Amino acid sequence: MTDVDPTDLDTFLLPDAPAAMVAGETAPLLSVRNLTVQFDTDDGIVHAVDDVSFDMVANETLGIVGESGSGKSVTSLAILGLLPKGAHVTGEVRFRGENILGINDNALRELRGDRIAMIFQDALAALNPVLTVGHQVAEAISVHHDLSRADREARVIELLDLVGISQPDQRYKQYPHEFSGGMRQRAMIAMSIANDPDVLIADEPTTALDVTIQAQVLEVLERIQDRTNSAIMLITHDLGVVAGVADRVVVMYAGRHAEMGTVDEIFYEPKHPYTRGLLASLPRVDRRVVNERLHRIEGQPPSSIFVPSGCAFHPRCPYADLQGLCVTEIPPLVDLEGGHFSACHFAKTLDERIPPHA
Amino acid sequence: MTVIPESDIAGSQTELELAPGAEPVARTNWQLFRRRFFRHKLALASMVVLFVLIVVCFGAAWIAPFPKNETNLLIVPGGPSAHHWFGTNEAGQDMLTQVLYGGQISLKIGLAVAFFSTVVGVVVGAIAGFFGGWIDQGLSRLTDLFLIVPELAILGVAIQRLGRSDNAFIFVLAALGWMYIARVVRGQVLSIREKEFIEAARASGASGTRIIVRHILPNCIGPIMVNATLAIAAAVIAETTLTYLGLGLQPPATSWGILLNQAEGAVTSTSQFYLVFFPGLFLILTVLAVNFLGDDLRDAFDPQSHH
Repeated sequence: MTDVDPTDLDTFLLPDAPAAMVAGETAPLLSVRNLTVQFDTDDGIVHAVDDVSFDMVANETLGIVGESGSGKSVTSLAILGLLPKGAHVTGEVRFRGENILGINDNALRELRGDRIAMIFQDALAALNPVLTVGHQVAEAISVHHDLSRADREARVIELLDLVGISQPDQRYKQYPHEFSGGMRQRAMIAMSIANDPDVLIADEPTTALDVTIQAQVLEVLERIQDRTNSAIMLITHDLGVVAGVADRVVVMYAGRHAEMGTVDEIFYEPKHPYTRGLLASLPRVDRRVVNERLHRIEGQPPSSIFVPSGCAFHPRCPYADLQGLCVTEIPPLVDLEGGHFSACHFAKTLDERIPPHA
Repeated sequence: MTVIPESDIAGSQTELELAPGAEPVARTNWQLFRRRFFRHKLALASMVVLFVLIVVCFGAAWIAPFPKNETNLLIVPGGPSAHHWFGTNEAGQDMLTQVLYGGQISLKIGLAVAFFSTVVGVVVGAIAGFFGGWIDQGLSRLTDLFLIVPELAILGVAIQRLGRSDNAFIFVLAALGWMYIARVVRGQVLSIREKEFIEAARASGASGTRIIVRHILPNCIGPIMVNATLAIAAAVIAETTLTYLGLGLQPPATSWGILLNQAEGAVTSTSQFYLVFFPGLFLILTVLAVNFLGDDLRDAFDPQSHH
């Protein structure tokens, strides 16, 4: 999936472009427009997600990267309408052209788990401890489809087999605590793909797993995508995972997007100081220098209640113009070249710019 | 370096998977339940006691040595003998027969009250805990209202009004006994509904009712069972207490409470201890067995308990 078909670049949209602009078969399955989520708390308004837009097309894996609190998970919950009642959600979430944000709960329930499904981070917590794994996968099916007991059982065994659980006919009678971590995550995936969803949202699906198991689970996701052509939204803070499986990447910071582009663009030509900072702080096997310390981004991630003025990243940015634009104006997301977007005032001149604060 | 043909690798893998004794042994829910349950000897003994009590009491028509309420004035009231194991009372009735028939009513009241109060309590508690907000407020205040009612007084008055029948007892005791289970279930639901697997169920499109019935209640089985068994004991005791005080059932109906009430005079007389002893023994056996059972049922229903 890392090989990006150059024609895919044409499917990138301006964040504000109406979905109808895209022609024919490349029409986005899911398009998020100006999504904003705020929570009222006693301490003030939490700006969890601020004006986020992106598109997903079939058979594509979109990586959403950002540190804790950058709004990745809230975005996914907002799409499914699973946020608590106190959340103020504005903007649009279009699934196959129809806005599903704020539609009534019954209509949304039809989509959840059937057309848009979710894989949770911690499979042990996301599986019911007192029900067998097979029972839970069967539940996911019977919410949406009336199948006979035998058909359902056959389908469950098929699904468990598909996600690589050996001896599924035995395993489906076991409880989650009898499964290993990787197996649980596979069971979780089996539940989410039970109804062949069009969009699969994977919220840090590999974070709780060790690296070997991570690779296996990602491989399962890839195999499923080959079969079902679903669009996968892969939420993670692990750049390695994104590099391995994503086609396109959205980098988020403080609830906004910092940068958006293909995997190659993000990794080889990052046009946002935050993305550069992230990449520079990755440990590298090929450039090991004795006594060299890992790069780090100075400062702390901002509070989502008191978001810095202008560009949210300016207090930590080595390139920032602290007397000008960076402090006073929120940088718009600008298309640099056919679908590579960056929300930095100096995106185009970043390469020549000498970091004033480095 | 030799290259192993792929077919060989695949072959060895299947062999590994099928190695004898290496297959995962899936145990069904029932098997797990049984294994854990039988590890608890006390619970097992309690179950046997309860089972025997239910069989002998409800089978009294076949087991009891004499017909129900048969009075034989020729019999001299006396203590346990080969002919009358539990002795006879003033009216010349065989106490064994009376205790068995009395158990029918007492056990029926206990089991039925436990059933109805559990059903009502679970429904009220689950709805209050799951939906929260004003629904929870309303139901919780209603629960509080029933809890502050002076139970014994209401019972006495209501039984007088409804007629002194066992069904009236069941109705009133269930109406006054569901609050405890409702509170326990509400608390359980409040904590379980915040778990991630409930969010996962929501994300899979399940409706509120479905989430309660299929995902939350199976997690509450333990506490529900414990409370249901406690409710059996409480109902049997309530019936006995009221009847002993003369506010409950009346002859010719017979229950352990009635037998204790009739034996009132015997309490002070050491020679007639058996009139109190045997109904009392059956009552205590029932209550103890039911309580021990409840304790271990909680463990037996938890698939993750490891002892």
